[in-house]
Amino acid sequence: MKTEPAVQTPEAVGAPPVKKLTPKQLKRERRKRALGRFWKQFRHNKAGMAGLSILVFFAVVAIYSIFADKGALDPTIATGGPRLAGPSFHYPLGTQNDGISVLALVIEGSRVSLFVGLGAALISMFLGTVIGMWAGYKSNVTDAVLMRLTDVFLVLPWLALAIVLAAMFGRNFWIIILIIGLTSWAGTARLVRAQVLSVKERTYIERSRALGAADRHVVLKHIMPNLMPVIFANTILTIAIAILSESQLSFLGLGDPKSKSWGAVIEEAFREGALTLHAWWWLMAPSICIVLVVLAFTMVGFAMDEIINPRIRER
Amino acid sequence: MSVLRVDDLRVTYQTKGGEVPAVRGVSFAIDKGEVLGLAGESGCGKSTIAGAILRLHSAHTKIEGTLELDGMNILELSPGKLRAARWTAASIVFQGALHALNPVQKIGDQIMEAITVHNMATDKEAAVRAGALLEQVGLPPRRIDDYPHELSGGQKQRVMIAMTLACSPSLIIADEPTTALDVMVQAQVLQLLRSLQHDLGLAMLFITHDLSVLVDVSDRLAIMYAGKIVEEGKANEVFHAPQHPYTAALAAAFPAIGDARFRHRPSGLGGDPPDPQHIPPGCPFHPRCERAIEVCPSIVPELWDAGPDRRAACVHVAGAPSLESVRS
Repeated sequence: MKTEPAVQTPEAVGAPPVKKLTPKQLKRERRKRALGRFWKQFRHNKAGMAGLSILVFFAVVAIYSIFADKGALDPTIATGGPRLAGPSFHYPLGTQNDGISVLALVIEGSRVSLFVGLGAALISMFLGTVIGMWAGYKSNVTDAVLMRLTDVFLVLPWLALAIVLAAMFGRNFWIIILIIGLTSWAGTARLVRAQVLSVKERTYIERSRALGAADRHVVLKHIMPNLMPVIFANTILTIAIAILSESQLSFLGLGDPKSKSWGAVIEEAFREGALTLHAWWWLMAPSICIVLVVLAFTMVGFAMDEIINPRIRER
Repeated sequence: MSVLRVDDLRVTYQTKGGEVPAVRGVSFAIDKGEVLGLAGESGCGKSTIAGAILRLHSAHTKIEGTLELDGMNILELSPGKLRAARWTAASIVFQGALHALNPVQKIGDQIMEAITVHNMATDKEAAVRAGALLEQVGLPPRRIDDYPHELSGGQKQRVMIAMTLACSPSLIIADEPTTALDVMVQAQVLQLLRSLQHDLGLAMLFITHDLSVLVDVSDRLAIMYAGKIVEEGKANEVFHAPQHPYTAALAAAFPAIGDARFRHRPSGLGGDPPDPQHIPPGCPFHPRCERAIEVCPSIVPELWDAGPDRRAACVHVAGAPSLESVRS
């Protein structure tokens, strides 16, 4: 499995020291090699690579949208174009009823959708991990209280809750992220707790306690690393769900009117009667984008789970 | 002075089904450079004692008696002091090294963990020491970068042993260190433990159900039954001339290869060890004992003298009070 000589050869063996490395450099070196190994395996995973290519493409588009000309999106400026025109050379994805290019809308939407997805998933992962680990590691009372709280969030109809919250706090971009993050952590917490319960009974946890390690050390050094694959894969899948959730909220007209996501584009097309006007491109373009990105995140999530998880890794 | 002195140790687990007295008053001492073997069937309280020495049991478990390790009263240490004492005063070779290593951490990091948790050295010094420790247990130091799944069972147990030496403890508790290893590897690991113990002058508490292993390894033997020590003495004497019927049954359970008597009459001990919640009255062993007499269910035997430097808890031993005095 490994052919290269270990970096950390103690002087005791008498091996000539290759390079004097400080512990920090050493750690970086080791991390670099681990990453290299990961990439080598990931490259052979077809679904993972396909998903990653799609994500890279959309990431580039999203970054491009920051610098793109916003004038193309302004109905007061960009009304020169043909209205509800089908795809053509000048308007590859056609135009909508104000003559704005659907391509420009989709490019702008990619940034909003991806950002909301990432932000909400991070919040959800953080809450889910902390609550799940706390509940799993502590026993009895803490566990019971935290799990009942999780149950509440699990059975709450999230869409209804999200609608209420959006109505209460206004249709703000950041509020939307917070709402999705706050309503989607329960599943992660359950998953993490279940993993902690199984990991904390293993002998190496007892060994670590016998070593004289404090709770914090045990949790961070032994339990966390064992959960990382689960948390990581789960987060990537949560991003997909968060993007979908955002689209749903926007489609119901609860999105931020100032930053239009793909969901908001679909909502507008629907509201303006794109279907009856046979303007299929106006609906299709953002829909396909959502499907592609969600699919890509899912594929990458599964591929990563397959590689990072040492238990199911092919040896 | 003894490295470890245990006096009237009682460990009671609190479960939903009530209190379970797993250890019911055990006393022994281990001197520097001495190996005490602790043997008995599953569930007789051996591993419970191991856990109690470093207080690894959950807070609900009741531990009474005296535990003196390196002059410290373990049962009265504050949580911080207790953590500091763990591994530096006594370390444990866990049963089943396969599970005692974290599968997602390199073995070098896990050996270093013991050193760095106690702030005994910088990361770099710890790494060098980890390599040296691996060499000491017969593994090439370059393997510190390996993950546990890249090692064989015997190698993992060697890593575990290297880990126990990391903080130079005065006592090593070997809790069934050779379970789940095949016989050849078992012999190698035992050899290693013994030579390390001898070279470093360590005190060792060796726990196993395999009496034949204990005879080779330990200086003194203590046999446990139902949470109590029923016989103790020099290892060879206890094994070859058992005084307690239980020890005799355990010793007889190991056939001597080439001895026709064992081939024709394999012997074992019938029945199961008693449920700790329902220990028979009197001598706990009497329902299974071949030599039980009418007084056995009514008197609780203590460790009576059974020859020079030997004691056994049975009414048949020489030092037991006469049966007449018991009856009255």
